[in-house]
Amino acid sequence: MSDHDHGHSHTPITNGDEPAAAARARALEELLVEKGVIGREDVRQRIDWLVSRSPADGARLVARAWVDPEFKERLLADARAAALELGLDPGPSPVVVAVENTQAVHHMVVCTLCSCYPKALLGPPPDWYKSLPYRSRAVSDPRGVLTEFGVELDDDVELRVLDSTADIRYLVIPRRPTSSEGMSEEELAALVTRDSMIGVAQPAAPAPGGVLSRQG
Amino acid sequence: MKYRAGQRVRVAARPHEGHHRTPGYVKGKTGSVERVHASFPNPETRAYGRDGLPKQPLYLVGFAQRDLWPDSRGHPGDRIYVDVFEHWLEVAE
Amino acid sequence: MHDRGGWPTDAPIDRSEHELADWELLTDALVGALGRQGVINVDQLRRGIESMPPNEYERASYYERWLYSVEAILTEKGVLAPGELDARLGR
Repeated sequence: MSDHDHGHSHTPITNGDEPAAAARARALEELLVEKGVIGREDVRQRIDWLVSRSPADGARLVARAWVDPEFKERLLADARAAALELGLDPGPSPVVVAVENTQAVHHMVVCTLCSCYPKALLGPPPDWYKSLPYRSRAVSDPRGVLTEFGVELDDDVELRVLDSTADIRYLVIPRRPTSSEGMSEEELAALVTRDSMIGVAQPAAPAPGGVLSRQG
Repeated sequence: MKYRAGQRVRVAARPHEGHHRTPGYVKGKTGSVERVHASFPNPETRAYGRDGLPKQPLYLVGFAQRDLWPDSRGHPGDRIYVDVFEHWLEVAE
Repeated sequence: MHDRGGWPTDAPIDRSEHELADWELLTDALVGALGRQGVINVDQLRRGIESMPPNEYERASYYERWLYSVEAILTEKGVLAPGELDARLGR
């Protein structure tokens, strides 16, 4: 981008499909960099970090917990430390708490006040997580929300909804699928979906026939 | 930390004009402490440019979903958990 | 308006997703950079979002709310002069 003189007003170049906010954000960056309030390089690095985030990191935590019961206990005790143990970046949030789904308990996470989400481990939250209907109904009608997402819990399962209202970020450890015995940690991680770590889905089922189905 | 895990607590029902992180749907409701978290800077003062000190103890408080929404189609055992700062909690009988 | 838990709604949850646009990534990064410089913290950002007029809050997309808040807080702090961003956009 070429330098320009101060005081020179310029018509923003906008793509017709962009909202007005796009030009506004770019102009804001220009102003703040010019004023020396922020550095452009810091902005670039942050964008790079954001696009590097994905649910694969969270899935690695879950897969390790599935195969290693002692790791699972460490994950439940301190998810930030457990992430660091695997060489993962737990993000800037001071505390991440992993909660475990069992035969008796299913967890689901929401932020009714805004959109708090463990994005270092899951990537950016999906639009629906930030939406007004989800934020509203996740606490007042969570079983209805799960039905919309295609999840029906057994009658004897206790549903626990966690509303992230403060500094804690929550990550759900979904239940390991039955018939996943013998799968490698990497294969197990591939079953762990983002939505299963939010609590609105179960993990993917292993392919029929398990590992053998991969041959031929 | 004033409260301990398992203790029954009530969320204060007081009005609060400025920024705060206690959702309206739990104000005045009674639940129990599920977890005692650490202490964190107070968002209510941090939101206005102050440093949020002293840090405030934070608790994960669990409520019966039916206590919050009597008409909901949840199951009797379903629960809602909310992180609430100590200064929003009172001892419940 | 921002306190949505249990807010009455008949709206189904729209599960369509979109990849973040460049300007949305930029907005997120600007907030992070401003945070690192101690200019704005996440509680101020949230307060700024909560100060939006209700109809604007509901109409705005997620990062449009962030942008609104950042501009409001920076103007409040005197980092931006009132209307300075509009002027830069040639309005």
